[in-house]
Amino acid sequence: MTRRDLLRLIGLSAGGAAMYAAMNRLGFAAPSPYQGTPALQGAPRGTSVLILGAGLAGMVAAYELRAAGYKVQVLEYNQRAGGRNWTLRGGDTYTELGGFTQHCQFDRGLYINPGPWRIPYHHRGLLDYCKKLDIPLEPFVQVNYNAYLHRANAFGGKPQRYRTINADYRGHIAELLAKATQQSKLDAQVSKDDQALLLDSLRQWGALDKNYAYAAGPATSNRRGYAKSPGGGLTAKPLDSQPLQLHDVLTSRLWSGLTDGEMIEFQTTLFQPVGGMGRIGEAFGKRLKEVIRYNAKVTAIHQDDHGVTVSYEDTRHPGRAQTAHADWCICTIPLSILSQIPMNVGAPMTEAIGAVPYAASVKIGLQFKRRFWEEDEDIYGGITTTDLPISTISYPSADFNSKGKGVLLGGYAYGLDAYQFTALTPEERVRKAVEYGSQIHPQYKQEFESGVAVAWHRSPSTLGCFATWTDELRDKHYENLCQIDGRIALAGEHASYLPAWQEGAVTSALDVITRIHQRVVAGGVA
Amino acid sequence: MKRLSAIAILFLACTKLAAAQTSDNAFYTYASLTHANGEAIFHAICQGCHMPDAKGAIGAGTYPALTGNSKLASPQYMAAVILFGRHDMPSFVSKPSDHKNFFEDAKLSDAQIADVINYVRTHFGNHYTNSITAAEVTAMHPQTAAAKQP
Repeated sequence: MTRRDLLRLIGLSAGGAAMYAAMNRLGFAAPSPYQGTPALQGAPRGTSVLILGAGLAGMVAAYELRAAGYKVQVLEYNQRAGGRNWTLRGGDTYTELGGFTQHCQFDRGLYINPGPWRIPYHHRGLLDYCKKLDIPLEPFVQVNYNAYLHRANAFGGKPQRYRTINADYRGHIAELLAKATQQSKLDAQVSKDDQALLLDSLRQWGALDKNYAYAAGPATSNRRGYAKSPGGGLTAKPLDSQPLQLHDVLTSRLWSGLTDGEMIEFQTTLFQPVGGMGRIGEAFGKRLKEVIRYNAKVTAIHQDDHGVTVSYEDTRHPGRAQTAHADWCICTIPLSILSQIPMNVGAPMTEAIGAVPYAASVKIGLQFKRRFWEEDEDIYGGITTTDLPISTISYPSADFNSKGKGVLLGGYAYGLDAYQFTALTPEERVRKAVEYGSQIHPQYKQEFESGVAVAWHRSPSTLGCFATWTDELRDKHYENLCQIDGRIALAGEHASYLPAWQEGAVTSALDVITRIHQRVVAGGVA
Repeated sequence: MKRLSAIAILFLACTKLAAAQTSDNAFYTYASLTHANGEAIFHAICQGCHMPDAKGAIGAGTYPALTGNSKLASPQYMAAVILFGRHDMPSFVSKPSDHKNFFEDAKLSDAQIADVINYVRTHFGNHYTNSITAAEVTAMHPQTAAAKQP
């Protein structure tokens, strides 16, 4: 009996739930860690929770705890809700550390998401809140076969279409494997019956011809693109294109850009909120209007037997210390900042807070007079990757085929490139992004209008992009970071195994409020 | 290598440009970074957080100033921070990549770490007369320090 037969029997005799449970055990269906919104029942009247940070983690906690009957208040450093969930639109002003101020001059309706910008279909927690908050979503295009793979030293710097490299890389590998099979070089590993099936599959997978060769013809053109595409009328006949040589594909190293879209976080379908990722933070902020105090810079966090007292000052009136008090505190302040704030928790949590460095990342939005990537190059959404310092060009996944202007993500840098972009003024970052990007799209020079550049290490409210855990750091510190210490617990992407993802913030918040609620209901403190 | 001046350009606006110009300063790659001296490293990396004038910055948290800061009295302290990182500041120690991150860490050699420390301690209003050598930085690596144990 095969595994599939067994499952069918279980399904027939015991129903869907049993079948699902069995599938889980047999490794077919991976359960999501998200179990839905926790039902927090029986909160003692008047129990208060002070939440530090009105990013997604803080606002999920505030939203749920308030619904459960807790008295909640939120302190937020910025003058807006959302934290790293944020959209920059025309008319917005952003001042980074060092005092560099940018006035975004994008046209109405155009925007850039400096932080998170895509939602994988399996980030169920975040998707649930989008549904609850009535936030319309639209598809986010990740893989676009007509976007480019580019390396400055590959093919003379001429960008190659994703589909071309994908088809040629795969086709040549299929041909090689077919040859090895036919020359009996796989006899030790693959049975004769399976070899026949393997050859069939290679022909389909690699678009090989009847002799298992990867060669010019309708089948390969249908994958990699035509020299002249089929049309109508007198000049309609398509012309096949000539595949690249295996050697050229390999030495170009463009194959290194083929697999991004195969990672689970980038597999179709992805989403984005209509109008910008910041719609989520804005909607949360509206719902929690009465309980969020903005412009509040936390300076100290102190707990004792009676509760938690947080000292803060209004950023518009620095120097005047104020305090907020509650029975419990959920702190979502990034570790980059929390490591500098006096807080009387135990040594294990203190060490964990101080142990995790924050990544550099830079995003640059560029407005152009026309959507030349669509008009000239048939690129609708998706991502071009390059080894230039801009690393990424992403085409908007909204307003397809519309007239007028558009905003590209003109750079999305990590690592050394991000450090160097961060070290520049915003004006120079934009200038550099235009300069580098014009190597891929020569239209840049003619069509560029204005840009904004956000370097996360210069972000006053985060001092970095996200917590860069390593396996060693997690082994040593992660559990200590996530424990409830007396009356204080932490939440945020840094308290998750989904670094930099909003889902990490959401699920860590749901986890922490569930554990605090259990303690409250049990009537005690650690 | 010409880098930007220390003038904080306020109200930059969204950077209207007539046309993109060729820049006089290309970015370092991971390979070419190995040839950068202390001054170049400061302007390519350190000033992102510590600012072009080395005066640091204050937001919800603080980037310490690298001028008028008594901790600079110890070049060994500075070397330890650059080698091992501190709080949110990443480590810049040269170690083999474990390929677990989706981006590569920026790495500096012991000579470069010494050079950038010596640069900072003699600029931005700092006038320290002592310096640190690459060998002294090397001696601070855990494996080097451990090897010295009897």
